[in-house]
Formats: sequence, structure tokens, C-alpha cells
Amino acid sequence: MRWLRHALMIVALLSPACAWAVQPDEVLSDPALETRARVLSKELRCLVCQNQSIDDSAAPLARDLRVLVRERLTGGDSDQQVLDYLVARYGEFVLLKPRFAWHTALLWLGPPGVLIGGGLVLLLTAWRRRRPEASPAGREVEVLTPAEEARLAGLMQSGQAGDR
Amino acid sequence: MIPELGHFALVLALALALIQATVPMFGARRNDPLLMGVAGTTAIGQFCFVALSFAALTACYVQSDFSVLTVFENSHSAMPLIYKFTSTWGNHEGSMLLWVLILALFGAMVAIFGGNLPDRLKANVLGVQSWIAASFFLFILLTSNPFLRIADPPLEGRDLNPLLQDLGLAIHPPMLYLGYVGFSITFSFAIAALIDGRVDAAWARWVRPWALLAWTFLTLGIAMGSYWAYYTLGWGGWWFWDPVENASLMPWIAGTALLHSAVVMEKRNALKVWTILLAILAFSLSLVGTFLVRSGVITSVHAFASDPTRGIFILGILTLFIGGALALFAWRAPMLKQGGLFAPISREGALVLNNLFLVTACATVFIGTLYPLAYTAVTGEMLSVGAPFFNWTFAPLFIPLMVAVPFGPLMAWKRGDLLGVAQRLIGAAAIALIGIAVTFAVEGGGPILVPFAIGLALYLLAGAATDLIERTGLLKVPVRTALARARGLPRSAWGTAFAHAGLAVTLLGIIGETQWGAERIADVKPGQVLSIRRFDFQFDGMTNRQGPNYHELAAHFTVRHGGDFVGVMEPSKRSFPSRGTDTNEAALMTRGFAQLYLSLGDPGPDGSIAVRLYYKPLVLLIWLGAVVMAMGGALSLSDRRLRVGAPMPARGKAAAMQPAE
Repeated sequence: MRWLRHALMIVALLSPACAWAVQPDEVLSDPALETRARVLSKELRCLVCQNQSIDDSAAPLARDLRVLVRERLTGGDSDQQVLDYLVARYGEFVLLKPRFAWHTALLWLGPPGVLIGGGLVLLLTAWRRRRPEASPAGREVEVLTPAEEARLAGLMQSGQAGDR
Repeated sequence: MIPELGHFALVLALALALIQATVPMFGARRNDPLLMGVAGTTAIGQFCFVALSFAALTACYVQSDFSVLTVFENSHSAMPLIYKFTSTWGNHEGSMLLWVLILALFGAMVAIFGGNLPDRLKANVLGVQSWIAASFFLFILLTSNPFLRIADPPLEGRDLNPLLQDLGLAIHPPMLYLGYVGFSITFSFAIAALIDGRVDAAWARWVRPWALLAWTFLTLGIAMGSYWAYYTLGWGGWWFWDPVENASLMPWIAGTALLHSAVVMEKRNALKVWTILLAILAFSLSLVGTFLVRSGVITSVHAFASDPTRGIFILGILTLFIGGALALFAWRAPMLKQGGLFAPISREGALVLNNLFLVTACATVFIGTLYPLAYTAVTGEMLSVGAPFFNWTFAPLFIPLMVAVPFGPLMAWKRGDLLGVAQRLIGAAAIALIGIAVTFAVEGGGPILVPFAIGLALYLLAGAATDLIERTGLLKVPVRTALARARGLPRSAWGTAFAHAGLAVTLLGIIGETQWGAERIADVKPGQVLSIRRFDFQFDGMTNRQGPNYHELAAHFTVRHGGDFVGVMEPSKRSFPSRGTDTNEAALMTRGFAQLYLSLGDPGPDGSIAVRLYYKPLVLLIWLGAVVMAMGGALSLSDRRLRVGAPMPARGKAAAMQPAE
């Protein structure tokens, strides 16, 4: 369903002039600076768009921000200084990758938390299964009903005949 | 007349759905075969009525009946026929009708192909399926009726959004919905199993084909959407980590995990509870996706989800089904018996590891997509979570997963030999090392990760082949014997190898596109030449053209490679007077797996025009990999063991027998 989203967004943004992001007149003559500008642009949100970086966006505001980033870079700012400047001016909303802080702890720690938590649960289960007496599942023997036995036998037979 | 017919058919479908949702389940409790038998008939009838309703709406669109509100808002008499047809689902109401059409289609398929399902299971599955259907029929009829009439019919429609006037609209939404909605069946199976309180290996065998079918279509649907965005949006990106994309990615990841855990359940009768939970989660995430896209919570710029009742209605459905399913799960799951035991180092263990990583990846997308919403709701402040966040978190998750992938199919069930498997993968590792060395030598400088990523992709590819080579005995026995064995291998083994190889192919494409591409942005005047990677683009001039419902300003470029003429590229800008909007049509030229991509910017006063030019090496592999994965799904689906009601296997193929997986 992204087509509808993108489509409407684009339509909203592109009128009246239809264009894409970085314009030829914005490009810096120094390739190293321009590369840094492009990398930074991908981290910065176009404030009036839905989830687009200023590198991708055709909105006039995104263009202003791109020019601003380039001005700061030519002025001798480090990448971090440029980001700090924009955050001070527009708020943290401008960053597409939020900084790690208390209010983003859940966002940043959630995924590793799931991985580590899940891993621990698995380890624990494996450890408990090693000692069968500790696990009720280890003692329980499953008994098949006669109907199931017959069915199983049928499946085994068809399995042996070549498709497995 | 036709719209009323469609409307009426939809109401009848709702009535049938309500019968199907109650009678068979009641029959299952009473063990009454007659009442349970109602399920199959109503499922097929329900599908017929929804199909009739859908056909009626399609007829309205094809005939440009502007007395119907949605047709007036989303169609135009001058549109080419194919777009008139596809605009049926190029809007909120129509796409919801497509949603329920596919839902009913899956129900009917279970009714038709589920001949060997136990009566009770079938009745409960179709009953649950129909609860979902009934609630969405109500949603459409009460909040999103596509058949509403206008009292004074206008002469001309407002046209379909120009960006949707593309062949992509014919393929992407139906494919995506077949996947998305297809997981409703595995959900219904899970709920039916919980209601019955019985889950066994046979259940997994019945569920797997449906999960495979849905997964295969979802894979193709996502890939198609990605390619469409790539060529239509004009800046050459193919994945944006957009909430709407994430909405389709989450069920895909959960579905992938489900496919893998269902294998364990079928073969070893283990991981039952977990597989049931994944089946519930996969469809729950589809519902969450539907909610995110259809309610407008994420897209405030969205023009059509302006009606808040729709959002609340879907939220209600979502809460009811997800909440209900999880509550039932919490109540019933502890009663399910644990299945076969296995050592941590085993095929089962490898698949559990796969599930751990996939679920984490899924949780990452979920948290990243919903965090900004939750944050705004709680604090009132705004926060962005975009592509850089997901790229950062996904790489560390997927790299270990991909390293582990080739181990899975080579590991023995119950108790595996990690060292032994590693030794069998030495060939794959050697190929990877050669790949790393060659990439390193060719690259010289550049990011250090690139050679390793290439090595990883080659290792995955070779790892997928290793299983096939070992099982056919290629390199050890005469080629003829190996070929005969290859024919006799279970299709699911081929499916696994293809799906895993597809992952490698996509990875190669991603590396190529992101690391080795080139881009140029420039103003060009007629006669001027622009160069990128030994390709020269000569700008010959602009031409004006008239399309069926648009004007087009096309730029003509002659492309040469090292001086030899290779073709002509004509990117253009189209303006659609009916909507007063423009679109940008990029021109693409395919060279092997690479593409040249050219899109237009604004014209200057002096006859020049701004162009953006890309060289994207290996880019086609990104989607080709998805196609290979889907082929894996299709191959696995064609495995006779999974086909329901398969005839007795032919004798005489026993020569190809292999030790059990």
C-alpha cells in the first residue's frame, strides 16, 4: 500500500513545480565536502514531509536545509556541529536517527533487549531440558490414539515410497 | 442498477459470513457433521457474492459510471482501459473490497482443497475465517461503501492519481494482498487448534502450504512495490523504511519465521506453542499494517483517510482479533503438550536461532515504526525514526543470521555436529574468501565492509548449493546419477536452496547498488554530453507529445558506451490537466544486471534542463533475489507431501532416496 502513501505525498509536495531533490546549483565544487553534505542530508528529515530525508525531498524547505548544511560545511563546521546546529534550531525531530537518551532508551534498547532476552530464555530452556527430572515435558509420554496410529502408518508408507 | 447489485451482493456476502461464522462452530461443538458441512458451502457462496460485488464495482469503473462517488473521484473517461480497470482498487473503498475478496478467496480455497482436513478442524478454521470476513464486510458497508451514488452525476471524473496510472497498480496491490490476507488462513488454523485444544504434527503439515502460499505472494508483492517505487519516484531509491513499507515487511518477517518453525513442528512435533503464536502474530501484524495504512494515523497528509470513524472501526477490529487471539492463546497454550526434545546443536536448534533473529528483526521494525506515534501520544513532542535508524539496527541482526543460514539445512535433526557441518561448509567458506580477496584487490580503498559483504553473499550462495551438491552426490558420482538424484530430491529441498540463494542474490544487489553506484546531477544544454562510468549521454533536445490524458515533455538522449551507440533514453515530465498535477517519468536502460537511470528536473531559461543520472550496478539483483526466493516458495509448495489429497506416489523413484533431512 505504499503507493498510495507515496503518491499522495508526492502530489502534495510536487505542485506546482515537479522536480526531484538535490538541484545542480546546490552542488558544492569540493567533492569531499559535497560527499559529506550528501551523507548528512540522508540523516536529516524534511520537516514538512512524511518520513523523507532532505536528500530525497523536493520540498522548498528541504532545499533550504540542504543549502544551510552546505553553508555550514563550507564555513568549516564538523559533521557533528552541523547536526547540533540543526537540532538547536529545529528540534530533535529533524534527526531521522534519534540520539540515544532517556526518552529514546526504549527505542534503542528494545531490539537488543528482545535478542538478549529471547536468547536467555532459550538458554534457560535448554539447560532445564538437560535435567529431565526438572521438566514435566520430559516425563510425559505422548500416546497416540488408534486412529492417529493408523494415520501415521499411512503417512509413513506414502513417505517411504519415494517422495521423501 | 449495477452498483446496487454490487452493494446487495456485498450485503448477502455478509449474511453468509455470519452463518458461516456461527453454524459450523456450533456444529463442531455438538459434533454434528451436517452443521459442520455448512462451512464449505457458505465459504464458496460467500466468495461468489464478494466476487460479484467486486465485478460490479469493476464494471462501474470500466464504464466510467460517474454517478458512483468513488468512480467520480478516482477515474476519468480518457484514461486507457487498463487504468480504468486497475483504478477499481486505486482508492480506499476499492482496495478494501479487494482485501475482502482475497479473504473470501482463501476461505473458498480451504473449502475446496481442504478435502482431507478433519471435519472439526475445517469447520472451526472456516468459522474463524468468517469472523474476520464479517467484521471487514461491516467495515466496508458502514464506513467505506464503494457503491455510494451521487444525486447529480457529473459528466467527467476527477481522474486517478497520475502516479498510480502505472502497470504497477495492476500487479502490486493484488500480490501484496494475497500475501497479507493469506496469513488469515494460518491465523484461523491457529485459533481453530486452540479452540479444539489439540495441535499435532499433522496440523503443521496442513498449515504449511497456506503459509508458503501467502509468503510467496507477499515476497513478490513487496518486491514489486519496491521496484515500482524505484522507477516511479524519480530518485532511484528502492526501500525507504517508510511506515507503509514496514507494515508489509513485518508480516513478511513473521511469516518467514512461521515457515521455519512449522517445519520443526511437522518433522519433530516440537515448538508447537511457538508456531501457534507465530501464526497469530503474522496475521496480527497484517492487521496492524492495514490499520496503519487505512486509518490515517501515520499519514496526516493522506487525503483519503480523513474520516476518523474508519480508523476507530479498524482499531476495534484489530483489538478484538489480536486481543481475543492472544487471550485464547494465553488460556489454552499451557494445555498443549510439549513435543519432541532436541539438543541445542541440531536442526531444530538452528531453526530456533533463526526464529530468534527474525523475531528480533520484526520487533525492531515494529518498535521503530510505532515509537514516534507512541512518543507523540505520551509526550506531545515529535520524534523521527527513519532509514538511518533501521539501517543501523538491521545490519547487526542480519549478518549473524546470514552466517547461520547455510548451517540449518546441513544440520541433523535432534543432535547435530557443529564442527562436522562447518567442515562441510569449507568449500563455501573458501569461495567466500576468494570473493573477499578479489573484491579487496579490485576495490583498493573504499569501505572495509564491502569485501566482507560480498564474501557473505557468496558464502550464502555456495552454502545453499552445498546442500544440493551433497544430496545429489555431484562431484562424487557420475553426472548422470547425480542428475537422476537431483530429479528425485524432494521439491522442498530445492525450495530451501532457492530461497536461501535468493537471499544471497538480493544481498549482492544491495551491495552493488549502494556501494558501487555513481550519480551525476547537472544542467545540460542541447548538444552537450554527460558522462558516467564510460557511458556518454548526449542531450539532443526536448519534444512535446500528447498522451491519452496528459501532455508530455520528453528529453531525448543518445547513449554511447565507449563510443559505441547503445540506445536512446527519453525521460519525461507528464502533466495531467484533470488533476493539475505533474509526474516525472524516469528513463531506465538495463545493461546486464546494471541499470542506467535518468530523470529530469526543472528546465532552465536558456533551453537547458537539469538531469539526475545514475549508474546502478547489480541493482536488478535486488528484485531478482526476491523472485528467486518466491520460486523457492513455489517449489516447496509443489512438494507432493504438502499437496492436500495427493495421489499415492509412483513407484520406481526410490533410486533417488536420500537419508531423511
